[in-house]
Amino acid sequence: MARYRQTDEIVKLMDNPTIIRNTSIIAHVDHGKTTLSDSLLAAAGIISTQTAGQKLFLDSWDLEQKRQMTVFASNVSLVHTLDEKDYLINLIDTPGHIDFSGAVTRSLRAVDGALVVVDAVEGPMTQTETVLMQALRERVKPILFINKVDRLIKEIKLTPQEIQRKFAKILLRVNTLIEKYAPAEHKKDWQVTVEDGRVAFGSALHKWGLNIDHMKMKKVTFQDIIDAYTGEPAEVGRKVDELSKKAPLPEPILDMFCKHLPNPFEAQPYRQPQIWPGDVDSPTGVGMAKVDPNAPLLMCISTIEVDPHSGTVAIGRIFSGSITKGKTVQLVSSHQKGQVQQVFMSMATDRVIIDRVPAGNIGAISGLPSIHVGETIAEDGIEVHSFEGLRYVSDPVVTVAVEPEDVKDLPLFDKVMHKLTTEDPNLHFHMNKESGEFLLSGMGELHLEITAYRMQEAGLKVKLSKPIVIYRETIGHDYTGPAVMGKSPNKHNKLWITIEKLSDEVIEAIKSEKITDMQSKDERTKILRGLGWAPDDAKGAVAVEENNILVNRIRGRQYVDEIIDHIKTGFREAVHTSPLAKEPAYGLKINLEDVTVHEDPVHRGPAQAIPMTWRPIYCTILLSNPKLLEPLMSFECKVPSEFVSSVITLLNKRRGKILDMPSEEDMITVKAEMPVSESFGIADILRSSTQGRAFWATQFSRWAPVPEQMQEETIKKIRERRGLPPTPPKPEEYFESE
Amino acid sequence: MNVTSRITTLKELVFVGLGLNDEQGISLSGLEEAKTADHVFIELYTSLLPDFSMKRLEALVGKKVRVLQRFDLEEENGKLVLDSAEKGKTVFFVPGDPFIATTHVTLRMEAAKRGVKTRIVHGASIISAIIGLSGLHNYKFGKTVTVPFPENFSETPYKVIAQNKQLGLHTLCLLDIKVDENRFLTIKEALTMLMEIEQKKKLNIATSDTFAVGVARAGSNTPTLKADYLNELVTYDFGAPPQSLIFTGQLHFMEADALIAFAGAPPKLRSTVK
Ligand SMILES: Nc1nc2c(ncn2[C@@H]2O[C@H](COP(=O)(O)OP(=O)(O)OP(=O)(O)O)[C@@H](O)[C@H]2O)c(=O)[nH]1
Ligand SMILES: [Mg+2]
Repeated sequence: MARYRQTDEIVKLMDNPTIIRNTSIIAHVDHGKTTLSDSLLAAAGIISTQTAGQKLFLDSWDLEQKRQMTVFASNVSLVHTLDEKDYLINLIDTPGHIDFSGAVTRSLRAVDGALVVVDAVEGPMTQTETVLMQALRERVKPILFINKVDRLIKEIKLTPQEIQRKFAKILLRVNTLIEKYAPAEHKKDWQVTVEDGRVAFGSALHKWGLNIDHMKMKKVTFQDIIDAYTGEPAEVGRKVDELSKKAPLPEPILDMFCKHLPNPFEAQPYRQPQIWPGDVDSPTGVGMAKVDPNAPLLMCISTIEVDPHSGTVAIGRIFSGSITKGKTVQLVSSHQKGQVQQVFMSMATDRVIIDRVPAGNIGAISGLPSIHVGETIAEDGIEVHSFEGLRYVSDPVVTVAVEPEDVKDLPLFDKVMHKLTTEDPNLHFHMNKESGEFLLSGMGELHLEITAYRMQEAGLKVKLSKPIVIYRETIGHDYTGPAVMGKSPNKHNKLWITIEKLSDEVIEAIKSEKITDMQSKDERTKILRGLGWAPDDAKGAVAVEENNILVNRIRGRQYVDEIIDHIKTGFREAVHTSPLAKEPAYGLKINLEDVTVHEDPVHRGPAQAIPMTWRPIYCTILLSNPKLLEPLMSFECKVPSEFVSSVITLLNKRRGKILDMPSEEDMITVKAEMPVSESFGIADILRSSTQGRAFWATQFSRWAPVPEQMQEETIKKIRERRGLPPTPPKPEEYFESE
Repeated sequence: MNVTSRITTLKELVFVGLGLNDEQGISLSGLEEAKTADHVFIELYTSLLPDFSMKRLEALVGKKVRVLQRFDLEEENGKLVLDSAEKGKTVFFVPGDPFIATTHVTLRMEAAKRGVKTRIVHGASIISAIIGLSGLHNYKFGKTVTVPFPENFSETPYKVIAQNKQLGLHTLCLLDIKVDENRFLTIKEALTMLMEIEQKKKLNIATSDTFAVGVARAGSNTPTLKADYLNELVTYDFGAPPQSLIFTGQLHFMEADALIAFAGAPPKLRSTVK
């Protein structure tokens, strides 16, 4: 049983990693994560058993309550007693909607085990696969809870045999996914089976749950459960209540956490090579493998909250050493130093101030205002590697223009935007210099809607435009002609460039932050060598911006080091706003082939070198069959077969491409891909055309060329929106003759 | 005279130097060219003419003078000037001597490409003015260099001074200006920058006991000249811009004498040269 504990009791447990479980609850949207987490909290005595399941305690923000949807990941710590031993369980409830998948990615870094919740009626869905993949990629061990079993009985009226067959199907699907995404050495032993107790089922709403151990222990059969749901409503109410007393949901779940999920001693050694590229034999590396609270500090920040009392609070897992009040630490990737002001632990929605959090736990610190999510906090004064970058499953592809309704609110607008983008790294905010508009990009319509609500909440009234899709620009083929020359405006400096396409592997390495603009040149060279680049090119990679790399191939010319920073600026300008429609460039390798520089520094300043760079880049892009890329999203929709035709019609109207249509009983799953630009408003159409019987989900899948016959028109629309002439420039406009 | 040859004589672009201080620096022949021109342009962004007046210039030449910005000459490749020169005789006024310390040769090349004949009427150059004022021998100067504003930081000036010095040569350092923003690098700022580079490079080029000459407003009615060691020179008040610097190489005894006589150099300088 779990029971309510005092803070100091929990603090004592923190020092014993064998009894710590860092866990997360992950699932497709609406499958019942938060309802379940609340039940667990009630068991821990933090909220009353009455309110659990109704109020969504962990959805503490009022909009989450209203929508019954989780937006932020929230952390709690609770104590569970099994076989007379106390366990400290750090639990993170995560959002299920793809628009908030960034929060899932970040949470998973902090935990070693995950409870995957699957709706018994819907079965595993797109997001189930995505979150499971994310967990396994981080070497987080899964266990399973099949939720909403009450619906199988009440609504679909299945027999005990049918229920078991349904479970078997869900298990098969989940295990196939585990097989597919688990690290090689765990493809077998991480499979979940009913027999070994790693699968539980129940109803989070009605607060009962069982796994094989508890069925045996409490002598409850499938028939008993079906019986509880048969009869007059009042009688059912009473019987289900009894069931929840006889087989309370938290017991099997919390037992499973303790029995089947690894403690930090077990998990940290095998997670280490996956999440931290540093030297395993260094004091910090050994500290991490041994979960040593006295070793040098190493902490990975997974969440940031800006609150009016404590300022910027950074939450994360301590892998080595301890965080203590007043400690001086280094922020590894931003090369800064800072002092920890306060140390906290989380209790549901509260933060409790404590003195110290040792290795193996999740803790929070304040006093480091410029920190960002994903940052590595380490012992001051030692040479140490940062954690692997977080790999998000989606890109921010939908943008709106925002502006304060009242210009007087600009200072507040600045402050609020800073807070929102610090807390949510998947929210991008920038100003379009030409049009002067503020653009806010997010993962989807919902993400932006929620963000707008958060601005309002902060007392800021804003005007939002209709969603704008973000495109990318790339080239159809490598540029093969003689290097293209750019001249500075005063015509006294020349630069020659060529452009190639980056390979998919290199683009992937940039996206996963293996290659960054901030890393040291040696590190970048090593990684590019590993990806097959020639030594000279790998060494010459001088800047990385927006999935594009600038390579300096110039040898034996004078003054290059004095103008290279201006050339980098020119490169960044060109790839931020490319020639077709001023959208960012994607996947370009831009090579500086040669240069001639004026003797005198004032005749080769930024005003000369910047245009000398972006102009030939424009010219070369335009000469290489330029292509506009649009974001595609995958679309998965489960509908009763009688409604499938309306889903297909919808897809046909919206340039959707059906990839697969497996059927199961009388449900058909339509798997398709469709352009984000065509997706606005499909929610309402799907709801009305299927009488609300469709379960569906979308998520960003990839960048793909806009169909040839549409490219011109699409470019024209974007250009007009930006106040540019409707047709893109011709390469001749940037071509310089000798 | 046949028609074609008349058209070719019309196609003409004359670069006229304005000298160093005001419209009075134009030579009489330069003025004559402007009076007989169909179009007259001027640029005022490459250097500062402290006492210049546009009104007086227009009165002198008796016609409208159009001012060109850097944008017209660089981004637009001097289209305005070249188009006029294709139609009629065009005069282009440039501060100083038109092709010294500027990049206007580009415009002259463009004109040639279009088949427009060009001529030059020289004006006094800042380079000859500074050298003349200082009393140093023109024969003993090495490469000239401009010290840029700190935001366009460069080690080149330091390196140029070092190269020249190795050969015993003086270095003329022009100081960066942004006329349109009314910003002028001062001797003090330039010296501070060079002394910072000295901290890193340690080639003995700009230490506190390095000798140098500061010149302000060369070519105006109030030039200021001061030769001294850098620790003194950084605190010296040179007054209004424009300003420049000379780092001396191997001094000839006549040069040392001139610096003591005209630039207030400390008399002990004499004992350092034979
Ligand atoms: N019938 C039934 N409904 C349930 C059960 N568990 C949760 N629900 C309902 O399902 C809906 C979604 O539950 P949540 O707990 O908010 O789901 P979630 O997974 O946290 O959702 P997101 O955080 O938005 O991804 C709510 O209306 C719940 O009341 C269950 O066991 N049976
Ligand atoms: Mg939730």
